[in-house]
Amino acid sequence: MPTSNMEPMFELFYFETGQYLRQLEQLIINGEKSNHFSDSAIDEVFRIMHNIKSSSAMMHLTNISSLAHAMEDLFFFLREEKPENVDFSTLSDLILNGVDFIKVELEKVKNGDPADGDNTGLIGNIKNYLNELKQKNSALDNIKAVVYFEEGCEMENIRAFNIVHQLKEIAEIIRYIPEDIMENDQSAEVIKKQGFQIIIKTHRPIKEIQNIILGTAFVRDFEIVVPEKGDEVNEVIPLGPNQSIEKISASTPEVMKENKKKTEKNNINSPQQMISVNVTKLDILLDLVGEMVIAEAMVTQNPDLKELELNNFKKAARQLRKIISEIQDIVMSIRMVPLTVTFQKMNRIVRDMSKKLNKDVVLEIVGEETEVDKNIIEQISDPLMHLVRNAIDHGLESSEERLKKGKTEPAKVIIEARNAGNEVLILVKDNGKGLDKEKILQRAKENGLLTKPESELTDREIFNHIFLPGFSTKENATEFSGRGVGMDVVTKNIETIGGSVLVDSIPGEGTTFTLKIPLTLAIIDGMNIQVGESCYTIPITSIKEFFRPKEKQIITDPDGNEMIMVRGQCYAIIRLHEVLKIQTDITDLTAGIMIMVENDEKTACLFADTVLGEQQVVVKALPAYIKKIKRLAGCALLGDGSISLILDIAGFFESRS
Amino acid sequence: MVDIQDKELLELEEDTLKGKYLTFSLGSEYFGIEIKHVIEIIGLQPITPVPELPDYIKGIINLRGRIIPVMDVRIRFKKPPMEYDDRTCIIVVEVKDISVGLIVDSVSEVLTLPEEDIVPPPELAKTGNRYIKAIGKVGDNIKLLLDCDKLLNDDETELLSEIQ
Repeated sequence: MPTSNMEPMFELFYFETGQYLRQLEQLIINGEKSNHFSDSAIDEVFRIMHNIKSSSAMMHLTNISSLAHAMEDLFFFLREEKPENVDFSTLSDLILNGVDFIKVELEKVKNGDPADGDNTGLIGNIKNYLNELKQKNSALDNIKAVVYFEEGCEMENIRAFNIVHQLKEIAEIIRYIPEDIMENDQSAEVIKKQGFQIIIKTHRPIKEIQNIILGTAFVRDFEIVVPEKGDEVNEVIPLGPNQSIEKISASTPEVMKENKKKTEKNNINSPQQMISVNVTKLDILLDLVGEMVIAEAMVTQNPDLKELELNNFKKAARQLRKIISEIQDIVMSIRMVPLTVTFQKMNRIVRDMSKKLNKDVVLEIVGEETEVDKNIIEQISDPLMHLVRNAIDHGLESSEERLKKGKTEPAKVIIEARNAGNEVLILVKDNGKGLDKEKILQRAKENGLLTKPESELTDREIFNHIFLPGFSTKENATEFSGRGVGMDVVTKNIETIGGSVLVDSIPGEGTTFTLKIPLTLAIIDGMNIQVGESCYTIPITSIKEFFRPKEKQIITDPDGNEMIMVRGQCYAIIRLHEVLKIQTDITDLTAGIMIMVENDEKTACLFADTVLGEQQVVVKALPAYIKKIKRLAGCALLGDGSISLILDIAGFFESRS
Repeated sequence: MVDIQDKELLELEEDTLKGKYLTFSLGSEYFGIEIKHVIEIIGLQPITPVPELPDYIKGIINLRGRIIPVMDVRIRFKKPPMEYDDRTCIIVVEVKDISVGLIVDSVSEVLTLPEEDIVPPPELAKTGNRYIKAIGKVGDNIKLLLDCDKLLNDDETELLSEIQ
């Protein structure tokens, strides 16, 4: 893993900047869509650019920081001047190009290459744009500040010059009175009596000027006079240097406005109270909590306590159990992350692609607040991107084609997420032309991918061919898709996290891809069963029903294969004790229990001794020393500290065929 | 700076562990394993059998939340299996980041063997002593010093073929 080779400082920087860039992209795309940047959005962009600028400067990544600086300037202007008639499309292009540049540089640094990208073009563009904007919008107003120094501090003229010097950095100095502070020592007397007046032009907030003046030694008092735009009303803000910044902000109407703005801010965009934690720490925490649960059971169900009358102890133990289970829930929930970030990334892809392919595509996101385990989120980002790209490139027609077909609604891609029991369904829908059954069939034949006679294939089975490696019906590979890789990557990635992909399509109306993914890798709802002395866990999701079989239901064919009739359907019987080679007394099928399991539309009945009960279990991998065992998905720790093996139902079907 | 200190510490640690062996018995024979591989010694725990494994892997145990496989060293050495009793112990060893529990009849002591008391095993049998790294002499007694790495990893091919 390359991240482990990174310096911790850089790791943090990389992580943070990545996050900022994602936020920024989102803000820009939202702004472009609505053709308006709200004040809060501009504030936010400004803040992000400022942060990137300073942190990249700290990392000596000068090309990033100078670019960020240029962007910061641009948004500063937008924020302060609130210019009208801004061309948001150009603005978004500029900023997004900049974002891409920073992303590339970040990757370079991450891989140990020097960040040597040339940003002069980008910066030039941004500066030109800013200048244009500036010209369109009128000049700045003068701000007058009068500064009084403490009595007897001496050398007032030098101190005044100090202020001038500092203000120069952020503002244009028009003039100051007295003017000869450096040359004439007598000016100190004048300042003593009348104060030091300075008139400046700046687009920085007043607060910044206040801070600079406050930061100067021996300032007793000062006033700032700000003429409101196009208004003659002058604001006078007398302030003592000892007042705290918070007080200033409370007493300044200018800043109060800002505060009000902040409260109006959209919650998603406001900086949240968050910390980022290494996932491995969470994994350890989860393990520890699991151990704690077991330890609690060991204490409260200790054999030494048996047959003792312990009312108070029991009360305390109950309290303990309650707290522990709460901790467990919280730790679980920490690992759950909303899909928002993953989904929002698609906005950018849709935007870029619709611009380049000249298709007007609308992206609709539904259910982005659905939460999924962190590990899973990482795995679905790529597949989702492939699916969205495919939908736009292959699925959706161009605007002209749509018109010809009489489709009035805009081309649309819908990404939808929702919870379905223990799974999360992610749907990628488009309202394009749908999959071409004939073409897929033909291509499958050409490549010899057909497994069944043509006539027996269902629609879905035909569509499923598109998930096979090297399959593409698109004649020309475009920049975005069509090379036949992608769809098989989608399936592979989803399968590694225990999910599956389905495709449905209606010709002329569109295609829907459904990703079924487990809610979490760490915890499953399981049914514990007993075979001989051992306990096994079957994921509830694959169980259809269980029942005690009757003699007359059971059929044995001449090869000795046992089958069972249930409601007119015949299912194969898998004796767990035989397959897993376990000693058990219950070998008569009517004495044990049948568990009907399903996987990928295949069904069979497992025969076990008894069912112990349902339980949420923490899934742990089998030790690496034990190689992969086909029928086992892992193991789980039960409440009493013993281990149960989790059966991999798919593995049972695999080894049968 | 820190690196150097760490290294020194590590060397120091290595030094104190050098030449020390944990000895255990299987029937009448005594074996030793290098102490640096030993993580801890625990009493016998409930073992969960796992299907499709070679017979000397008895299953897995839950060691305070960690799942580790346990190996019956008797069966590994093709000795007749024996009922587990109070003296049966599990020695948890770690080799190359793999933790395995070794079930032995009983653990005896930690010995310091000076280098001159360690001799290479006789080279008569080609197959017989592949897990024996050396032989340690303590007075009249002989301790067979095991090669932990080989004990755990020698027959991966065997493991795989048995699963299939």
